[in-house]
Amino acid sequence: MAAGAASGGSATTDTYAEAKTWLLMPAWVTIGIFVLAPVLMMLVYSFLTKEFRGGVIWEFSLSAYDQFFFDRGLFGDDPPKIEWTYIAIFWRSIWQAGAATLLSLVIGFPTAYFIATQPEKTRAMWVFLITIPYWVNLLIRTVSMKFLLRDQGPLNDFLLSIGIIDSPLHIVNTNFAVQLGLFYSYLPFMVLPIYAAVERYNFSLSEAAADLYATKWVTLRRILLPAVKPGVIAGCILVFVPSMGSFLAPDLLGGAKNFMIGSLIEEQFKGNAGNWPFGAAASMILLTMVLIILMIFARQQAKAEKGAS
Amino acid sequence: MKNLLKTSVASLALVAGANAAAAEGNLVLYHWFEYIPQELLDKFTAETGIEVTMDTYDGNEAMLATLKAGAIGTYDVAVPSDYMVTIMAGEGMLDTIEDGELKNKGNIDPEWADPSFDPGRKHSVPYQWGSTAFAVDTAKYSGDVNTTDIIFNPPEELSGKINVLDGQGELIALASLHMGIPQCSTDRDQLKALNEMLQNAKPHWASFNSDTAKEVLVSGDVTAGMIYDGFSAKARAELSTLQYAFPTQGYVVWMDSVVLLKDAPNRENAIKFMDFLLEPENIAAVSNFARYNNGVSSSAEFLDADLIAQPENNPPAEAGAPAFVEVCDEATQAVYDQIWTNLKK
Repeated sequence: MAAGAASGGSATTDTYAEAKTWLLMPAWVTIGIFVLAPVLMMLVYSFLTKEFRGGVIWEFSLSAYDQFFFDRGLFGDDPPKIEWTYIAIFWRSIWQAGAATLLSLVIGFPTAYFIATQPEKTRAMWVFLITIPYWVNLLIRTVSMKFLLRDQGPLNDFLLSIGIIDSPLHIVNTNFAVQLGLFYSYLPFMVLPIYAAVERYNFSLSEAAADLYATKWVTLRRILLPAVKPGVIAGCILVFVPSMGSFLAPDLLGGAKNFMIGSLIEEQFKGNAGNWPFGAAASMILLTMVLIILMIFARQQAKAEKGAS
Repeated sequence: MKNLLKTSVASLALVAGANAAAAEGNLVLYHWFEYIPQELLDKFTAETGIEVTMDTYDGNEAMLATLKAGAIGTYDVAVPSDYMVTIMAGEGMLDTIEDGELKNKGNIDPEWADPSFDPGRKHSVPYQWGSTAFAVDTAKYSGDVNTTDIIFNPPEELSGKINVLDGQGELIALASLHMGIPQCSTDRDQLKALNEMLQNAKPHWASFNSDTAKEVLVSGDVTAGMIYDGFSAKARAELSTLQYAFPTQGYVVWMDSVVLLKDAPNRENAIKFMDFLLEPENIAAVSNFARYNNGVSSSAEFLDADLIAQPENNPPAEAGAPAFVEVCDEATQAVYDQIWTNLKK
């Protein structure tokens, strides 16, 4: 994505050529200690034997993955069938995260376009305004959201008072509330990359298209969208991935009636089950899925770029 | 600016000096959130010169996980609930309090001096105890509240207006009382029936919430909700029509105890702290703050009058038997874990 930008500045990079290898060292050390090491630990733990009430016994075991994929009944001695429970939990999380991403895109794209087309002087202020609500802690924002949406909350009071509805809308403790919560949590992650992409877009291309009798819709679809696609994809990934593992919104707004991936994993470490290998295995499966999704995106992008050139 | 800086550095140094002078060492406490008044910790420091550091947790299992993940040796004392004392003792995480070490051990109420979860009080002293059942808003529901049917077989008007605690132990213990079966049953028919009963009850529930158990009742989001008695008393202070239930089928009781952790870095100070908490006046201050009962009978004269009289502390004569959450063996627990996963999948 950034290859084009970097090649332009070869003259300046030479100044620090000797230091180059060292520039990335802090990042590598940080990533190594705080990302790679914990992930490796999780990978190892997922193949160990569960210790009763948390902890692991250092003996190789596949039982965590077995539990994920095979259903042996309530007492664990039925002939194994395919376990749909956890697949359903994963599917629910993907679906919720997907809906939240779509919602963010539908609202975030016009917003980003609006900001990018403002006079240069005021753009910074608009971006600043977008980020203001995010200075407040996520937990507090999610709880406030619940206060707003509840049956006797301000939103329902308002809608009732102006006569749009006759009885309160029941939003809290539904899937929709979870999607709304996720959308609200991660909206700036959608707006900012799209804004960055639209800002770099050469608007004379749109004018040229209009001169050649392209309708506004065709201009959007064939000229603007392909040009800002990297920003849109980055935004979607930035909203989708954290939404998948989120457990605040599902617990507080969804009523915690059904596990999402995040709460299922949390339960293995903090809950009664105390099944660390299973929690680690579920994390590894989640990680694998996210990687696959990212790889599909990356490949499509590469294909699209090839097609364009 | 420079002057200001100088003054603050000087005052900091003064404070540090004062601390050093008073320092009789430290005490590192691992405690539930919002469960001890700051004034009481200050009083302990004033009396003994021991500096107290406190970390908090929000659940027994979370505390156990932290200690298992390597925090043993960091903390001096923790405050697990009854069943967790058994578990921690079984895991070898507790140190033994030798006879005669605690000078206030005699203050412990005889009823709590030899509990099933820590026979002979070898590792712990009582902190607070109370019950877990549910509260109902009597302005919205006029029927009998003293039955577990409210939660597990609710009347039409309560359906969809119920919150349950998001905790496997309490919920399944209350469900077992509802069905009249043992908590660690190995009878397959009973377990299947329990699984089915919970599956049928779930559609009537609005949410699984522990942190906001009080708040959802006060706001009117739900009409009935599982709750701890002290939380219920606090909720009733905000919404007077709430009634705490003592079901005839029985209700869950719990006792949190202060335990001496293995490899406590300041073992001596931990003992002093336990003695401090066994002083009637001090433990009464905790009760007045948390609105629960304590295990020191002579503390009654220091308790707020309304705390003693509150309905949450006075079960009616027809209330069922109180029961602790029991600790099952590994194989039995696996089935209960499966039932819980089924319930939340």
